[in-house]
Amino acid sequence: MTAIDLTMVKWAQAQFALTAMYHWLFVPLTLGLSFIVAFMETIYVRTGDERWRAITKFWMTLFGINFAIGIATGIILEFEFGTNWSKYSWMVGDIFGAPLAIEGIVAFFLEATFFAVMFFGWDRVSKGFHLFSTWMVAVGSNLSALWILVANSWMQYPVGMNFNPDSARFEMQNFWEILSSPVVIAKFTHTTVSSFIVASLFVITVASWYLLKGRHVEMAKKSVIIASVFGLLSTGMTALTGDQSAVVNAETQPMKLASYEGLYKGTTNAGIVAIGLLNHDKEPGDNSDPFRFEIKIPGLLSLLAKHDTNAFIPGIEDLLWGNEEQNIMGVDAKMKRGQQAITDLAGYKEAVKNGSSDEAELYLTRFEVNQDYLGYGYLTKPEDVVPPVETTFYSFHIMVILAGFFLLVFLAFLYYSMKDNLEQKKLVLRAGLVSFFLAMIASQAGWIVAEVGRQPWIIQDMMPIHVGASNISAGSVQTTFFMFAITFTLLLLAEITIMVKQIKKGPRGE
Amino acid sequence: MIGSLDLTVLQQIWWLLVSVVGALFLFLTFVQGGQSLLWQVAKNDTEKALVINSLGRKWELTFTTLVLFGGALFAAFPKFYATSFGGAYWVWILILFTFIVQAVSYEYRKKPGNFFGAKTYEVFLLINGSVGILLIGAAVGTFFTGSNFILNDYNQVTWTSPLRGLEAAFSVFNLSLGLFLVFNARVLGAMYLINNIDFIGMPEFERRMRRACFINLLCALPFLLYVLVSLLIMKGYGVDENGVISLVAYKYLQNLLAMPYTLGLLLAGLVLVVWGVVLTGLKTGTRGIWFGGLGTVFVGLAVFFLAGYGNTAFYPSKVDLQSSLTIYNASSTHYTLTAMTYVAMVIPFVLAYIAYVWKLMDSKKLDINDISDEKAY
Ligand code: HDD
Ligand code: HEM
Ligand code: HEM
Repeated sequence: MTAIDLTMVKWAQAQFALTAMYHWLFVPLTLGLSFIVAFMETIYVRTGDERWRAITKFWMTLFGINFAIGIATGIILEFEFGTNWSKYSWMVGDIFGAPLAIEGIVAFFLEATFFAVMFFGWDRVSKGFHLFSTWMVAVGSNLSALWILVANSWMQYPVGMNFNPDSARFEMQNFWEILSSPVVIAKFTHTTVSSFIVASLFVITVASWYLLKGRHVEMAKKSVIIASVFGLLSTGMTALTGDQSAVVNAETQPMKLASYEGLYKGTTNAGIVAIGLLNHDKEPGDNSDPFRFEIKIPGLLSLLAKHDTNAFIPGIEDLLWGNEEQNIMGVDAKMKRGQQAITDLAGYKEAVKNGSSDEAELYLTRFEVNQDYLGYGYLTKPEDVVPPVETTFYSFHIMVILAGFFLLVFLAFLYYSMKDNLEQKKLVLRAGLVSFFLAMIASQAGWIVAEVGRQPWIIQDMMPIHVGASNISAGSVQTTFFMFAITFTLLLLAEITIMVKQIKKGPRGE
Repeated sequence: MIGSLDLTVLQQIWWLLVSVVGALFLFLTFVQGGQSLLWQVAKNDTEKALVINSLGRKWELTFTTLVLFGGALFAAFPKFYATSFGGAYWVWILILFTFIVQAVSYEYRKKPGNFFGAKTYEVFLLINGSVGILLIGAAVGTFFTGSNFILNDYNQVTWTSPLRGLEAAFSVFNLSLGLFLVFNARVLGAMYLINNIDFIGMPEFERRMRRACFINLLCALPFLLYVLVSLLIMKGYGVDENGVISLVAYKYLQNLLAMPYTLGLLLAGLVLVVWGVVLTGLKTGTRGIWFGGLGTVFVGLAVFFLAGYGNTAFYPSKVDLQSSLTIYNASSTHYTLTAMTYVAMVIPFVLAYIAYVWKLMDSKKLDINDISDEKAY
């Protein structure tokens, strides 16, 4: 194989993180706001109350501004697999390309077609068909989330496939297994419902601003009711599905779980650190305390992850060096088996080339014994399998703590809306004012947990990232990194100023 | 049912599907054509607003078709996706770039506080309509002229030109194909706008539009002629029974003769486009876009069929013939193609609802009232 340029890999990773995180600034809003707008229009169609029509149109305008830039940032991601990760794309295209193509066929066209009706069709189609179109936009955007998350989940938990030694590729064996894996279910539900929180808080933040300024008071209060009910339900669901994600992590990616919990030594009756400050100098195996400060709830991690307080949760050190008692193989041993698999694969290829079928057969049986460890053969040292602990730990805790804060915000807004004195609760409104920005942080943090926590794998246990990169110069990737960074930042600035202007303008006809 | 089809049949079906998506994309580039016409046909703010709003109701369809084209190639011909995007890096990055800036331009151009000013967004639209289409044409041209790559035993690509794909734009053939597509998009753009806008009270505007349709066809013709003649006489990349690739004299001419339906599509397509232009540019009809559009789809299909069918390498390598990609050596497995073919069965429904919504929304032409609406671009 050609030599791998690690600088290029770093830039390609940075570029993926940059573009994905930009995309993710807009996507959660699309996912949630599309439903909020659909609820509002449904009320308008049911009651015939023109005020609801104005409210619907107001939020729809903001939706449109956000939608455009969401699309602009999405197209880069679609082709980035080819440009920066071409070896990966070739090796898994059969499995990974399919959801991307399906997303285009079943989701993006739904969005694109009905978006035009939703925006421009008010006077061109019947009320009923317009409402239908608005719902179709919501369904379409959430369907697109489904398919891309199927693709992402497969990288976290590669099921339904087989490695073909002749083509040296991963091939799809069972489409349903890929679609219905527990990771898909946890990821899709958690990602969408957490995005509903983001959108609900967007509505709350804008409404809080109006209420503090004493502008568009009626419209703001009506919007808050929808947002706080939707947000409250979504927060409950987010906690449930987030817990489910952790359960699935315990099963499929125990290293990720150990890392975001800061758990170095595995134990039964494992606890959860509610709040903690990590010891920055901690290295696996040095026997120092991983925490400088912590508040721990004993037993909770075992309970949540395995539904049994006595269950053993492996820590980073168990996974790294193995634990015979718990029947965990160390990375060293896995690496040896992986290297053996690589050697046997090369032997098999050579034998096939020379036409000696007996020899090929022999290599193949030997390869099959070790093929599940293939990815480990490309690692240089066992410690490679430990993801950045601090990043994942803090991201995870920020996300979870913020979820608690959002719960309080929704409860307070709903309560005072019911009592109809929200305008007077300045403190609540100020909390509302910042909440959208915190929601963005929580949502981004979630992806950092998911993606940084699975390093160094591009496909869990099967392929480390550097194996998947393209054969291009680091300079090219660096140049496009800055190209995208600058362009997206400028577009973001444009989006923000337009948003703010539209919000200042407020709804029409009041 | 589909699972019992031969792998080669599935590979041919998927090349057909990819060709259909590609050909539809070429039709939908009327949006890009309209964008590049903006400066020429619209002389005041009202006229500009009419053009932008008319195109603005369709741009997402074109964009999404491009995304689907990429996705379908990834799923069905992953080796092509990996080789071309990972190899011809710069040409694709620049194409994508023109689409990024397009995506925000409609929505942001007229919005207060839009940071760059309306002019900038109009420049974005122009770049997308000209450079974007030109480069797409150049990239498609490499299906015939070949690229500079080598694949190793593990099918990993090494690109031998430091320009990483941009060298495609320095071939007269590729450039001609690109320029033909640019002018063809403008022809289509004018036809679409004639069909979509209510010109009552603006005879000058209408006259300019119809003239643009005719003039741009004239501009397209020399490039088209060059491309067609070159195709007939050039050497092509043929594959024999053993998968060995070699340069074959008059390969594409042979393909045309061996696949008469392709020749039929090509000729019928050209006639339809010309007829559409006659209706729009010389007469006062409004339905030219349907003829021009169908014609473009036919020509597009013919081009993709010529490249992919008839034992031809659709993504040939100039520097290492045996690295060339054919629809047989670049495809996904039987299992994936089968699963994807089941999914593709929803495509007719997708096309049906798109057509239904198009009809519903465009039954009334776009007029001054529409552009003064608060939602207008
Ligand atoms: C469909 C797959 C997919 C999806 C939906 C995402 N990612 Fe991802 N991500 C990848 C597929 C991927 C990848 C291509 O597999 C990368 C590149 C290198 C790697 O390790 O995985 C990656 C890396 C990667 C890294 C680099 C981590 C490191 O190595 O230090 C970050 C920070 C993110 N991603 C963040 C995100 C965010 C914020 C996402 C939210 C939209 C996201 N990813 C969605
Ligand atoms: C690497 C991963 C991703 C790729 C390749 C990708 C690709 C794309 C593309 C190409 C578009 C534009 C579609 C169009 O033409 O209309 C888009 C938009 C969109 N994507 Fe992504 N995307 C990714 C990640 C995600 C994730 C993780 C989600 C949700 C969970 C998501 C949800 C959406 C939605 C809802 C839209 C609609 C446009 C908008 O939000 O403004 N995407 N994406
Ligand atoms: C009680 C609260 C929460 C818990 C227990 C929780 C748990 C988790 C876990 C374990 C993951 C990693 C999943 C994986 O890597 O496969 C995750 C990811 C994520 N979280 Fe949360 N979370 C909570 C609240 C939130 C909130 C409030 C948001 C945003 C508003 C959010 C957004 C996300 C996102 C976007 C991801 C990445 C997608 C995914 O991997 O599913 N989460 N969460």
